[in-house]
Amino acid sequence: MNPDTFRFTETHEWVHLSDDTPPVATVGLSAFALEALTDLVHLELPEIGQTFDAGENACEVESVKAVSEVYAPVAGEVTEVNDALLDQLETMTDLPQEDVWLFRLQTDGEGPSGLMDGAAYKKRCADEAH
Amino acid sequence: MPADSTLTTPLTGWHAAHGGRMVDFSGWRMPVQYTSILEEHRATREAVGLFDISHMGRLAIAGPDAAALVDRLVTRRVADLVAGRIRYGLVCNEAGGVLDDVLVYGAPGPAAVWGDHAALGVVVNAGNRAKLVAWFADHRAGFDVRIDDRTLATAMIAVQGPGAVALIDTLAGGAASELKNYRGAAADFDGHAVYISRTGYTGEDGVEILCAADDAVPIWKRLVADGAVPVGLGARDTLRLEAAMPLYGHELSETINPFEAGLGFGVTPAGDRDFIGRDALAAARAAPARTRIGLTLDGRRVAREGTPVLSDGRPAGVVTSGTFSPTLGRPIALALIDPAAAGGTLSLDVRGTALPAKACPLPFYRRTN
Repeated sequence: MNPDTFRFTETHEWVHLSDDTPPVATVGLSAFALEALTDLVHLELPEIGQTFDAGENACEVESVKAVSEVYAPVAGEVTEVNDALLDQLETMTDLPQEDVWLFRLQTDGEGPSGLMDGAAYKKRCADEAH
Repeated sequence: MPADSTLTTPLTGWHAAHGGRMVDFSGWRMPVQYTSILEEHRATREAVGLFDISHMGRLAIAGPDAAALVDRLVTRRVADLVAGRIRYGLVCNEAGGVLDDVLVYGAPGPAAVWGDHAALGVVVNAGNRAKLVAWFADHRAGFDVRIDDRTLATAMIAVQGPGAVALIDTLAGGAASELKNYRGAAADFDGHAVYISRTGYTGEDGVEILCAADDAVPIWKRLVADGAVPVGLGARDTLRLEAAMPLYGHELSETINPFEAGLGFGVTPAGDRDFIGRDALAAARAAPARTRIGLTLDGRRVAREGTPVLSDGRPAGVVTSGTFSPTLGRPIALALIDPAAAGGTLSLDVRGTALPAKACPLPFYRRTN
């Protein structure tokens, strides 16, 4: 996956759409989210076959301090989850964002809306820091 | 940006400049963590952790009726508190609900910290400082006292861990190891006039240092240079919870009495001494409506404050504090439940899933050194 094609949500997920028709959406945590997360103790990935509407809570990342919800940026059915992360929780936040994909959704063609490209997302994060 | 009214400690600038992730906590700008909560927790359990606790309220009570006033407002007898002794107690309302948990210090010095002729010192939780200052003011009529809020003129630094006492001894001429548990004394720390107490909120050995505000930064920097690891509020919470120490607003509140909170030792049995809440507490001691319990969970999902506790599938109470215990490697919780339900099969309703839990003797962690 080419990170330059990633698009970003307000809630700090990145989305990559495959070239298939309808596309498969890969959903992961942005570098901004990974920077903010420390002390991870649990990752609750969705189950293969689960379906989500856009904006629905799909996955939970739990740190010592709090639970963070990860939202499905687009409607779809879960086809794959990144189980390998479960053994890497302590080092997960050191990984580049493209390695922290959480799950893949088979979409029905209805593309995601309201996403930012890399430049717009960078700016939004810079604004949030103030 | 913090609200204009947010207070800063003398060390807030240092925290922000050294990786502290800053938040507003009880009206103060404080660090949650510098590196990682787990790392800071481990540093305290294994070596020396350094905590800025300047946000806590520090009151000096002086005058001929100082002991009589404090004795009336605290659930432990303090009229006989001699210089150097420190006592943990509760300030309760007439119904026996807890307004705050406090430490009371006998005849503390030096004046740079406690003001002139302090008969007693009282350290209160940051979030309850205004409430306690008002409570003392409302009840002082007829008592010849001076009440001096020393909070903004001073700072407070905790040094905790197996290496803490030795570290403080090198900088304070052996003053730390001379103090028994819950004792305090004026001392010279690296040329600064301070008050050192053998007290803490982590379950480790260590001290708390009270100093003039201007001395906080040099004292802190000296301790960092000598190897103490700065620890934020995140690890402060995981440490105290492993040690089953109460946090006001969670295990204690105006609707929770000391016996329900497992703090019966903080209430002197009613004798000829009168204090606010005495009669309500005598009744509560005999028959507490709820009881404190420690719980551990399997897996890694944390059951946090507010999580319903079920016994044999039926509602039995609520979690008052919960976290992931770095030392035990599993989630732990303190809960307030119906005493009759304690023997049932317990589970916790975490976001709709009933997770099995086991009752656990407290504290979860006890130091062996």
